[in-house]
Amino acid sequence: MTALLTLTVLVLVAIAIWQMTKIFELSQLKAEETGVATDKDNKYNGYLMFAFLIFIYGITIFSFAKYSKVLLPEASSAHGGGYDELMWVSFAIIFVVQTITQALLHYFAYKYRGEKGKKALFFADNDRLEFIWTIIPVIVLAGLILWGLYTWTNIMDVNDEDDPLIVELYAQQFNWTARYGGEDNVLGDASVRLIDIDRANVLGLDESDPNSADDILVKELHLPVGRKVNFMMRSQDVLHSAYMPHFRAQMNCVPGMITQFSFTPTITTEEMRRNPDVVDKVKRTNTLRAKWAAEGKPNSDPWEFDYVLLCNKICGKSHYNMQMKIIVETEEEYNKWIAEQATFKETLASVE
Amino acid sequence: MSATGHEHGHEDHGHHHKETFITKYIFSQDHKMIAKQYLITGVLIMGFIGIAMSLLFRMQLAWPGESFSVFEGLLGKWAPDGVMDADIYLGLVTMHGTIMVFFVLTAGLSGTFSNLLIPLQIGARDMASGFLNMLSFWMFFLSAVIMVISLFVEAGPAAAGWTIYPPLSALPMAQAGSGAGMTLWLVSMAIFIASSLLGSLNYIVTVLNLRTKGMSMTRLPLTIWAFFVTAVIGVISFPVLLSAALLLIMDRSFGTSFFLSDIFIQGEVLHYQGGSPVLFEHLFWFLGHPEVYIVILPAMGLVSEVMAVNARKPIFGYRAMIASILAIAFLSTIVWGHHMFISGMNPFLGSVFTFTTLLIAIPSAVKAFNWITTLWKGNLQLNPGMLFSIGMVSTFITGGLTGIILGDSALDINVHDTYFVVAHFHLVMGISALYGLFAGVYHWFPKLFQGRMMNKNLGYVHFWITAIGSYGIFFPMHFVGMAGVPRRYYENTAFPMFDELTNVQVLMTVFAIITAGAQLVFAFNFVYSIYYGKRGSLNPWKATTLEWTAPQEHIHGNWPGAIPHVHRWAYDYSKTYENGEYIIAGQDFVPQTIPLQDNEEELNH
Repeated sequence: MTALLTLTVLVLVAIAIWQMTKIFELSQLKAEETGVATDKDNKYNGYLMFAFLIFIYGITIFSFAKYSKVLLPEASSAHGGGYDELMWVSFAIIFVVQTITQALLHYFAYKYRGEKGKKALFFADNDRLEFIWTIIPVIVLAGLILWGLYTWTNIMDVNDEDDPLIVELYAQQFNWTARYGGEDNVLGDASVRLIDIDRANVLGLDESDPNSADDILVKELHLPVGRKVNFMMRSQDVLHSAYMPHFRAQMNCVPGMITQFSFTPTITTEEMRRNPDVVDKVKRTNTLRAKWAAEGKPNSDPWEFDYVLLCNKICGKSHYNMQMKIIVETEEEYNKWIAEQATFKETLASVE
Repeated sequence: MSATGHEHGHEDHGHHHKETFITKYIFSQDHKMIAKQYLITGVLIMGFIGIAMSLLFRMQLAWPGESFSVFEGLLGKWAPDGVMDADIYLGLVTMHGTIMVFFVLTAGLSGTFSNLLIPLQIGARDMASGFLNMLSFWMFFLSAVIMVISLFVEAGPAAAGWTIYPPLSALPMAQAGSGAGMTLWLVSMAIFIASSLLGSLNYIVTVLNLRTKGMSMTRLPLTIWAFFVTAVIGVISFPVLLSAALLLIMDRSFGTSFFLSDIFIQGEVLHYQGGSPVLFEHLFWFLGHPEVYIVILPAMGLVSEVMAVNARKPIFGYRAMIASILAIAFLSTIVWGHHMFISGMNPFLGSVFTFTTLLIAIPSAVKAFNWITTLWKGNLQLNPGMLFSIGMVSTFITGGLTGIILGDSALDINVHDTYFVVAHFHLVMGISALYGLFAGVYHWFPKLFQGRMMNKNLGYVHFWITAIGSYGIFFPMHFVGMAGVPRRYYENTAFPMFDELTNVQVLMTVFAIITAGAQLVFAFNFVYSIYYGKRGSLNPWKATTLEWTAPQEHIHGNWPGAIPHVHRWAYDYSKTYENGEYIIAGQDFVPQTIPLQDNEEELNH
């Protein structure tokens, strides 16, 4: 990578030097420099335009070859597959259009570079051409809009069908808390005005609401695989955004209101760790970290893959480190874990 | 000012006062001087500050936590031992965005070229109100000064992102930058908006009322159409930002609850009740989205004009270009919600905004195809201005296409607020608008500085390094975003899953430094050419438009004699008789001032 970088810089420097020498050459040759392009300028820059087209294709191919592996692994949620499919179809369209239009643009710039005495074609309009390139985007976009809206409506339809697990994601500067509904799977009422730090009521649960007694507050999000989860999101201070990239899920947390998102995790953390892409990624990352460890850098312990919840709305100084681990596990593992957690009532009792 | 101007210029509205240094160079009411003032304050000075900031935080991103003496020197207490502080990182990101979007690309770009070109290209002596024009510039200058001063306050500049979403921007206890820094930000922007409104109203009135004889709306160069429509969008949307800013000021200083509700911070509950940050987002983006078209439309206008002149061909589909400018302007006011798909806004609203957003791709596509066709079978004079025009079309397409993903509410979910967005908008409105600006500066430099030309070879160096560097920065950035890296992260080291992206960050930063270096070539060329540039001919690019009939020496009133009349549209390049001979023998263009010749067919464009 460093070698490649050096190479790129060298190429750029070479181009710069080449251009500089050309300037020198030209300024020597022509005492009367007018500031207007000559045939020679047109020729060189025309060739460069063609070279630039190759550069655009080159950087595209390079980026895909080099960076495809850093992209997110396969989606771990039920709706994620459809999301990825729409994404790749959109990308396919984008690349077809990009390849053709950039080719035309730069090829024309090269092909029709000016020469003295050449006559340009007076071509002011053509209704048929303009109709064609209005109608093609209309059709393509109509298709994308319909497909996109269908996907969007499905994803954003948060309902109580299929007995979803109800989880509150609670955001504050600069950490996350998750709250489970407990036995009754119903979240107790809460308000920031009821927060009582001394009594460990950090989320402002209404102690008089019977639903809140069995609520469970945790700092690590555990989700049973295959069961729909309805997230209710709150923030106590500023805007945050609950971003779960592996699940293709994101929703802002807004003080003063409850926002919602819903998805069904489909791949457990264990399974994901065995996913070939993830295995490769972990291997690459740990090679890097081993190198850093050898250099004596901090934060270079070996890494094990985990799903993660990130804050993705600027929220202050430690925004960059506002995260929570997500563990997707089997129903049994989840039940075992949740049984070990203290309920809100127990927490209050222990404080008192 | 020549004496003949008084005798012949019956449209001349008397300007008999004597010019002093102050009225000529400082409190000037002359549109050409005001254009220069905007160019130097807005583009050169603010642009330098904005780009320098981006280099600082790009270095932090590439080499997180590393100590640099340049940090220590420039940031002082914000970089203890040369390591950048997380607060100032956000401050730099915020101020970079604010300065580039508002000061460089809104005021600098539009202010320079609307002022320079509107009177000159429509054949007017000056703006409708020279006084308001002067006031507009000086209010802009004041707002720029206040914005720069805010960099030096004790607790640091505004740091809530250029979108200044409350509650972060409203509560000093949420973030140090939300104290005095944010107050100054809001004051500066309020003045900026007033300045922008004065300028825009002036542009609109001038275009509507002061066109010379024969200059019908459908004979206007596309530059003027773009500036005119830009001004209209500005008048419609900037007042909404002013209301958002005023309400935010009230929330911050007078205890109201427009945008705040249910807040518990630093151990206490605040009294705010019933407001909504989502309301602020609506108000902000009601300006914010038209704002990106306020930025890009003038660039499109400049590119259309420069491209036609240098291709020696009429712009292809003149009326379609106007129609798409109008369509973009209209649609731009009803797409703001695509910034808010996952804000907690009703998902049905998201559907509506997806629909309108993807619609806006249609006029954009028409424009891109029309530019490409303008090149076809041309006789392309590859001057620096032309290169930047072609470059603008290239980056506009590359950046615009990814808008299809971001404008689609479903796809936005996972790339929202990641580097994918950063890459998208930098290409489509940042780089593209800057290319439009550069195209304009290279092309109209002789008009700004008494016929002096910029050095074309330095221009070529500037273009090619910038072109390669810009793609080098922003193309790989899409992949960083698709890997899930959020924007506005001080460092990505808290997430091992982003470790292997550090290399990409280094690559982008190296390109950024090289590209920024190329801008110094431009700055040098610009300043050098002001004093030592060779004087070219009166009409160096052989253009048809009126500004090239005005004398190189700046005179108050633009034309010494009568204002020229117009007899044709602005794009009669390489027009021939049926027998293939040019309309004017030996000359491949027909200036707008030349009457229709015998046997010449007037095409209904």
